[in-house]
Amino acid sequence: MTGREYTLRELMTVIAAKQLEDNKAVAVGTGLPLAAAMLAQKTLAPNLLIVFEAGGVAPQLQTLPISVGDSRTIHRALMCTTLIDIMDMMRRGYIDYAFLGGAQIDKYGNLNSTMIGNDYEKPKVRFPGSGGANDFGSLAWETMIIMDRHGPRRFVENVDYITTPGFLTGPNAREEAGLSPGTGPSRVITDLCLFDFHPETKIMRLIATHPGITVDDVKKATGFEIEVADKIEVSTPPTLEDLRILHEVIDPDGRIFPTK
Amino acid sequence: MREFTRNNKTRAMIDKRMDVDEAVKKYVKNGDYIAMGGFGHIRIPMVTIYEIVRQRIKNLSVAGHTAVQDIDMLMAGGCVSNVDIAYVVGFELRGLSGVQRRLFESGQVKKTDYTNGAMSYRVRAGAQGIPFIPVKVMLGTDTMRHSPGKVVKCPFTGEKVLLLPALNPDICIVHVHRADMYGNCQIDGHIVKDDLQVRASKRVIVSCEELVDTEVFRADPGKTIIPFFMVDAVIEQPWGSHPGNMPYKYYFDHEFTENYLTVGRNKDTSVMDKWLDEWVYSLDNFNDYITKLGAAHLYKLRDDEFLRPPKRGK
Repeated sequence: MTGREYTLRELMTVIAAKQLEDNKAVAVGTGLPLAAAMLAQKTLAPNLLIVFEAGGVAPQLQTLPISVGDSRTIHRALMCTTLIDIMDMMRRGYIDYAFLGGAQIDKYGNLNSTMIGNDYEKPKVRFPGSGGANDFGSLAWETMIIMDRHGPRRFVENVDYITTPGFLTGPNAREEAGLSPGTGPSRVITDLCLFDFHPETKIMRLIATHPGITVDDVKKATGFEIEVADKIEVSTPPTLEDLRILHEVIDPDGRIFPTK
Repeated sequence: MREFTRNNKTRAMIDKRMDVDEAVKKYVKNGDYIAMGGFGHIRIPMVTIYEIVRQRIKNLSVAGHTAVQDIDMLMAGGCVSNVDIAYVVGFELRGLSGVQRRLFESGQVKKTDYTNGAMSYRVRAGAQGIPFIPVKVMLGTDTMRHSPGKVVKCPFTGEKVLLLPALNPDICIVHVHRADMYGNCQIDGHIVKDDLQVRASKRVIVSCEELVDTEVFRADPGKTIIPFFMVDAVIEQPWGSHPGNMPYKYYFDHEFTENYLTVGRNKDTSVMDKWLDEWVYSLDNFNDYITKLGAAHLYKLRDDEFLRPPKRGK
């Protein structure tokens, strides 16, 4: 145990950070993905190559950016370039991971960040849309997804709108749509558990639960039939050092990790 | 476009400085398709955006390419009827905009969804002077199904690609770190999509933090992002991106923007009308706006940019 309480958001961020290997390249979106990439760079993956769609390349991030295009994203960067150059790098195969969130997700990892409702012209709630998410999910090798508030309204059988491609309708669907082979979602990190995707069915597969969470809890919170791995790990809680970095270094203003 | 360029874009090095009200009167028309430089709330041409609102330009179509504070102000001002969306409604970490949600959810403002990459590809095609561009994004998704994109097979390899139409905006407005009176421009930090958007657009209004001598460009020509002959108007306006972040100059004005977002989320739209009156319509120009903000307030944004504790002002 850590000897200190932690929140589920903190735990998710720490687990997300651990998925990123040192000396690989990640393109990150706003919010928790950004915090996870920063934590990775400050702990296990000091040589993590971070790129931002606004054009920041290889920054050494100091404090949490508000935007994936603000001054903080080019702190001690090696290059400042253009959005299209970042997309071209990704298309050419340089970017290992894309790190995204969304409002809804289905069993194939398709993400909705566009709208809630079934009328495109008059949605119940309009969200930002793709931004760079569809580009990232189409072009990077692996898409990692962070979803907090894991529940049946967010983990749904059919998303209201597929903004960003997961495995679309299942095995080979990405390739048939014209997306590159060997790409697609690889992890979903939630406030209950960690999923990967079954290699054959391409359906979300439970591989770890957070302390105190059962397989049944996860099934109840998920609006579709999941795959379950033979062996389920229990997530390792954040260390005191992880929490110190999150609060004191990455987010001292408490924008995404409020201090009570 | 070629004919327009030949007949309307001077290749003479002439002084193009003007006040922002004159530039907007001359080059921004009701019903124009407009593209903004920067990244939604970073290095955005707010000086020109406020003026467009002040002049009550209507029925603009907007390239909602990484659009945040820039498009929000235009929409709050009632200037917009149609948006090509890549990113809208969101203020990233700050949450959603009430103004944009109202206008998009009611269907008052029409829209077509794309992606940030797709919008960049479209202006790349526009800059290149070709009618469409094959891309490898949007495929298989609703983002594609709700767009005019067409899936075809490559005539050489048989590979599936999505064709998107080129984009040639009527007017592009950008804010840069420094320009000369002829329109040569340098940008510090990331370029986002400004290079391509300027090259794809018919008319270009540049605003700059600092007006400099042409020798600055001759001394380091590799740093010129926009050459003079693409530019129609040059406006010198320090703090011209406020309340946005201008890299290496000033950081976001959090206080101003959080307050603005709260105003926009109020269901009573007269609260936003009052805000617009106070900060746009009742002011003659951007100089009055920065005077109203006050020097101490602005200097704090400069301290924030360089991650140093504030020492001046108050």
